[in-house]
Amino acid sequence: MQKELSTKTINSILEKYEPQRHNIIKALHSLQDAHPLHYISNSILDAVSSFFNITKAETYGIVTYYSMFSIKPRGYHIIRLCQSPVCSMLNIKDLLNHLADRWQLKPGITTEDSMFTLETVECLGACDNAPAMMVNEQLYTELSKARIDEILTHLKEAYHKNL
Amino acid sequence: MQKDFPLIALRRAEKIAPLSLEDYESTNGFVALKKALRESPVSVQEQIKKSGLRGRGGAGFPTGTKQHFTSSSSSDSHTKYVVCNADEGEPGTFKDKKIMETDPFALIEGMLIAAYAIGSNYGFVYIRGEYYSSIQNIQNAIDIAYKKNYLGKNILGTGFNFEMSIFLGAGSYLCGEELTLLESLEGKRGYPRIKPPFPAEKGLWGKPTLVNNVETFVHIPFIIEHGSERYARIGTKESKGTKLFCVSGPVKKTGVFELPMGITLKELIENVCGGMKNDKIFKGALIGGAAGTFVDSSFWDTPLAFETLKEKGATLGSGAVIVIDEDSCLYTLMASILSFFKHESCGKCVPCRVGCKILHDTCTRQSINEESLMFMQNQATYMAQTSLCPLGQSPVLPLTTFIKFFKNSL
Repeated sequence: MQKELSTKTINSILEKYEPQRHNIIKALHSLQDAHPLHYISNSILDAVSSFFNITKAETYGIVTYYSMFSIKPRGYHIIRLCQSPVCSMLNIKDLLNHLADRWQLKPGITTEDSMFTLETVECLGACDNAPAMMVNEQLYTELSKARIDEILTHLKEAYHKNL
Repeated sequence: MQKDFPLIALRRAEKIAPLSLEDYESTNGFVALKKALRESPVSVQEQIKKSGLRGRGGAGFPTGTKQHFTSSSSSDSHTKYVVCNADEGEPGTFKDKKIMETDPFALIEGMLIAAYAIGSNYGFVYIRGEYYSSIQNIQNAIDIAYKKNYLGKNILGTGFNFEMSIFLGAGSYLCGEELTLLESLEGKRGYPRIKPPFPAEKGLWGKPTLVNNVETFVHIPFIIEHGSERYARIGTKESKGTKLFCVSGPVKKTGVFELPMGITLKELIENVCGGMKNDKIFKGALIGGAAGTFVDSSFWDTPLAFETLKEKGATLGSGAVIVIDEDSCLYTLMASILSFFKHESCGKCVPCRVGCKILHDTCTRQSINEESLMFMQNQATYMAQTSLCPLGQSPVLPLTTFIKFFKNSL
């Protein structure tokens, strides 16, 4: 699998924006989404800083403030498990334990084959059908251990097909 | 409960194709905009003021007054901005998502009328980064509105110009606070600003800015279309109109429900939500999300409105109602709230940065007893007095009410 975005791709994404500071978060989202490892790499940091004419330290400050951005490489599927008060009361801990035991997934860790990254997030706004998680842009609700197994098995197959 | 009330925010939900402009227009869409554009901006403002509409984001500030402050700002700049706060992050709240997914043109129309009322030509919708479907919907609706000249230059031949675009959040609860949201919109870390000056005076790029919640904006077309008197007939003395309640927890039917302000908890849970699940006993609720207040069964007959809850030391906030039954683990709930604040504190103010950690550590490491609860309450009170923004001022609300009602049931 490709491990880095080419300079050409980075620049072609950046060129869609006016080089005005207020576009930086949108640009960072687009670049991170386009990166095969879903993160803000060092080359992206350099390119963004130079494009918006701000220091790398400042760009770094923005990237590390917002929890949707990562400066560490992540997996093909980013699983965001909601840990809001509503989901917590429905035993989200059991689901976390299951993800660790059955799938070797722990919060903040990416699997060695770069297939999955597990993250815990604040309220996903799906409390009426809690517990909830997102995988990339897809929301999954009414989770149980069995449902998680079903979803992850399916995602695993999708990952292998895409390789 | 008022039986005869019109739906406002959800009037088209599940009845029309959200991105069909034809459907929107055939259900009186843009009628209010056309009407407003024939009147003077001051007259539009007056109608909003008379309707009694108050902000639906949590604080409940009168919308008409906010519009008046923004339009009459002492700033010598002619540029003003309208910003929609769609950074819905309050735990237990999922109403703005519902609006954006089911009736995106209503948000555009509400923002257009508000912009006309204050004399603004630029609008931004700041949407939570995780709300992918809302982002897509609003972006598509904006594109369609531009094609049909509901946005852009010389709108519907009236000479009014309005440009609108979307901005994305990136996973920060604090960016739902209006001044922090503006910092983020400017492309910076989400650190709160000192207030005053308020956004009405000095907001986005230092210019007068009107910041309203999604639900607030979609009430505006209804008021203009049907008149402020019709609107003011719904609700209570000081809380007019309908409200979206986001009910979660052990009730038979969870979800977003649009109901008149002043509905009681009993009516909400028994009539609207079908009662408690498995016939458990209602123990209480957390109203308004993590930055809200706990209530117990003594609130069963209390009308849910800004003033009635305030009288009893509670808050309506964003309209989140997280129900608790006799089996709910109160300790898990409190620990989750404190973990949330610890994670979301931006770190700018020391009392909040350190305090949120102390509160969470105390809750999770020590056994919870009267002494540790009192310690936590004291810490949270210091934080509330010494923090700059609502985040550091919030933990005291759920903590104090938690102690008041549930101290003996831990």
